[in-house]
Order: sequence, then structure tokens, then C-alpha cells
Amino acid sequence: MAEIVSLADAVARAIHDGDAVAMEGFTHLIPFAAGREVIRQRRRDLTLIRMTPDVIYDQLIGAGCASKLIFSWGGNPGVGSLHRFRDAVENAWPGPLQLEEHSHAGMANRYVAGASGVPFAVLRGYSGTGLEGLPGLDGTPAVRAITCPFTGERLTAVAALRPDVAVIHAQRADRAGNVQLWGITGVQKEAVLGARRSIVTVEEIVDVLGPQPGAVVLPSWTVDYVAEVPGGAQPSYALGYSARDNDFYVAWDEISRDRERFLRWLDTDVFGVSPGSLAGAGTGEGGCGA
Amino acid sequence: MKATGPAAAPPAAQPAGYTADEMMTARAARVLRDGTACFVGIGLPSAAANLARATHAPNLVLIYESGTIGAKPDRLPLSIGDGILAETADAVVSVPEIFNYWLQPGRIGVGFLGAAQLDKFGNINTTVIGATYAEPKVRLPGAGGAPEIAASCREVIVVVRQTRRSFVERVDFITSVGYGDGPGSRERLGLTGAGPRQVITDLGVLEPDPATCELTLTGVYPGVSVADVRARTGWDLAVSEALEVIGAPSASELSALRKLQAITQGSEGASS
Repeated sequence: MAEIVSLADAVARAIHDGDAVAMEGFTHLIPFAAGREVIRQRRRDLTLIRMTPDVIYDQLIGAGCASKLIFSWGGNPGVGSLHRFRDAVENAWPGPLQLEEHSHAGMANRYVAGASGVPFAVLRGYSGTGLEGLPGLDGTPAVRAITCPFTGERLTAVAALRPDVAVIHAQRADRAGNVQLWGITGVQKEAVLGARRSIVTVEEIVDVLGPQPGAVVLPSWTVDYVAEVPGGAQPSYALGYSARDNDFYVAWDEISRDRERFLRWLDTDVFGVSPGSLAGAGTGEGGCGA
Repeated sequence: MKATGPAAAPPAAQPAGYTADEMMTARAARVLRDGTACFVGIGLPSAAANLARATHAPNLVLIYESGTIGAKPDRLPLSIGDGILAETADAVVSVPEIFNYWLQPGRIGVGFLGAAQLDKFGNINTTVIGATYAEPKVRLPGAGGAPEIAASCREVIVVVRQTRRSFVERVDFITSVGYGDGPGSRERLGLTGAGPRQVITDLGVLEPDPATCELTLTGVYPGVSVADVRARTGWDLAVSEALEVIGAPSASELSALRKLQAITQGSEGASS
């Protein structure tokens, strides 16, 4: 059964130095507040896993929390480069960042395999691309050719992802810790079911989870910690609760471009505020309410 | 990124009244037939697909990798997960589902992609610039959904601004396969879709030669010469004997595109 705790407690109890951590949310419901809390608690040597290590992982990488990254697309959506990610890869600042790189289809299937309890997933993909020859974090090939035992067809196998911890943001949970999310739900269900431990931050905790079209429900017994963090997805958004703070994504380009400017942002907007605060979440002007 | 190598070509002369980007977007939109299912990348491809839906193809089915099927935005989405895509979609499915059930079996007619670097066989690089993967000169965002879109959509259209630096003989890294090494490559690799049928740039249109698979200039925009295009191509560009001058954007295309962009800017303002 999920325990309802504070965000600081959830991070302190679930995430340890050296863990493989997947913070998911595909452009929507990105668990930004939890990411800032991981920075605040100064976790180190994390293997970060995420399909789109956008601004949330740019912050964690720049803050020195990660030594490895497993991903499929690392940009600032609609804006351009991730400067902290690029600085780590191109100049090893603040430290080297070892990469394991996939396609979206490959990553999605790796999560499915993890959630399904099988060691790999099979897909048509990677064939002829430079990605199929790249090593994984352990130095061995991260994708392998496989022959269909029924037809003899050549397909691609990708290894299951089994993160130590999955972290997601959802619209709401009930007091028993059952979690409900809707809109673009990405790979969050698979990430939570495939992980050994999980943290879910929610916009609100309610008495009863009313029906929502297309909602994903994670029963309380599949989740470890639930923390109420209103606005916890900002500057991304939570459908029905908040709007995407596009200005912050644009502002991030300027904040993150320069190391000193980024370190000042860390001091004032992450270390200088309390857990769950919206201070580091954006320009403070993101249109909320729905 | 700074321009390197030979001096950049001077911008091609443009008839007054529209920009090269507007011409490119209008030309790309014209490719999309009404009723087609189109897997859309963000940026230039998304602008073109939404222009098509606002003009000649109101029943175009827009599919974004965030899992939104049949999205009907009235402005240009700001990311592939823009809330307006989910709110207006016929269906919203998970990311594993969009790739496994919808893209992989070849259900989607057209993949609409951008590129950072592209070569004469239509292979796309969005991973790294530089001689080695391990020590890149420039780290690009990576693959995203593009490799499987390029592999499995029944055909692919690439929309990209053309520079000598980005149009190269061989890409530094193959993120998404076009025609690989040339004829027969896609078949050998087991790629089910036909590959890039058109590359639409801010100068004109390139299409694969049926025999060699090499991208060949088949159309230029009004006021653009073959020399202009060659000056911005990093390989010895073949030119079709039937080179066409592509029609300028119509008044209705321009007004629809500008209206989309104005609504988009208005809504960006409103959200801040």
C-alpha cells in the first residue's frame, strides 16, 4: 500500500546515491518538483533514465546528480538545445556523463518489458541506424538482432528497463493512495510497474477518484509513496489543473546557457526554497486553473 | 554552431510578398492528400501539416508521438505534447501503443520529418556532428521517434532548411535510414516503408532517382536557380531533366499560414 508522505520524505526514503531513476512524463505531467527535490537532497552518481531528458534532466545533470543517462531524445522542446546536457557530454562539466542512447520506440518497449517481467522486448526498429551499434552502459551492445522462432524474420531485441525508482506526477490520488492520471499518459504506467520502488506526486489528494475518460489508474498496492505537490509538474502541465509555462522553457535557454548563470539559478530557485515550492517551477506566471 | 567550410551561399532572391520558409511550408503542405494519416514531427513539419489541414486537406489525420491520434489543433502546437493535441484528438493512447500498434504495422501513410544533417541517400542525422560518436563536435538531441517513423510509415517526407553544412555526401551518424547505401538497402534491412519520397527545402524539392536512389533536384521555387541550390548542397547534386518551377504560395495558402501563426503567437502570449 502506498504511504502518503511529504515530497522530501518520499525522495529521502526512495532515492539513494547510485540508483537508476526514471522520472517519466511525456511532455505532460513531468515531475519537476520531485526533480528539484533530488537536487536539493544532493543525490550523486544517479543513472537517469527518461525518453525525453528535457529541462528536468538538464537541471539534474547541471547540478551534478547524474553520472549516466539512458534516453532517446535530449532537447528543449520547441526551443532548442539542452545546454547543461551538452556541456556534460561535450566538456564533461560538472562531470562526465556516460550515455546509452535509444529510439523512442526502443525505450517504450524496454519499459513494457520491465513492466511485463520479461528480460527483453522485440520490435521492428534500429535496423541500419548507427544506434544499433552503440554500446550500452555496461559496454555490451544495447540492442541485438533476433530471429523470430516462428517465421525466421529478423527483428530487434531491446533489454528490459528495471529502474530502482520510478518518479511520476499525476493529477490526483485518493486517501488510500490509489493514483489517477489522464490526458497524455506516456510510459508512466510501464515505468512504475517496472520499477522496484516508486514515487508519485499529485496535484491533489481527494476522497473519491471520480471517473475520467481514458484515465490510467495505478492501484495503491503498486505505488510506494504518494506526495501531494500542487503545481508539481510546472513548468510542464497537468491537464485539467495547469497550463504549460512556455515562457519558462524559453527562459531556460538563457538560464542554462552559461554555467555561472545556471549556478545562480540553482542557489536561488532550488537550494534557496523549501521542498515542493513552486519558486523554481517557472516564471511564476504560468496560467493555472481549469 | 558556427558555419564552417566554404562561404555560405547568398540567400536566394525571393519575389516580394512571402518568405522562403512560407514557400517551403506551403510546398510541403501540398504533398498531403486529404484523408491521409500523417505522423508529424514538431517544427517545420508540424506547421506544414497544420497548414494542409487548414486548406485543402480538412480530413488529414494528424498523429503525434505523444500518442494523440487525429489531433485537430486550431493553432500550431508548441511541443508534441501540447495540451491542445490531447484535447482535440480522436484518441489518446500510451507511447508504447502509438509506436507498437499504430506506427510499426504500417498503418500510417506519411511520416513528416525534419533533419539536422541529411545526405544524398536521404539518410538523416539528428544525433552527433563530428567524426566520432564518443567525442562529438556537436551533441544533437538524438533519435526521438524518427528512426521508426522513417522505417515504417508507408512514405516519408522531409522538410528541412538547406545549407551546405547540413546537406552532406554522407551523414556523420545515421539516426534514421533513408536509402542507406543506395538501391536495395531498405529491402536488405527489412524496412517496410518506401522511404523518403520528397525532401522539401527552402530552395526547392529533391526526389530520389528511381534507379540510383540519389536525391535529385526536381523543382525550384520562383527566383531560385540551380546554381543557388548547388551552392547550398555538399555533394555533386544531380538535376532532373524535367526540372519544374514550383508555383508560389497562393493568397489563400499565405493567409491560412499567417492566421495559424498569429493565433499561435496570441495563445503563447495568453499563456504567460
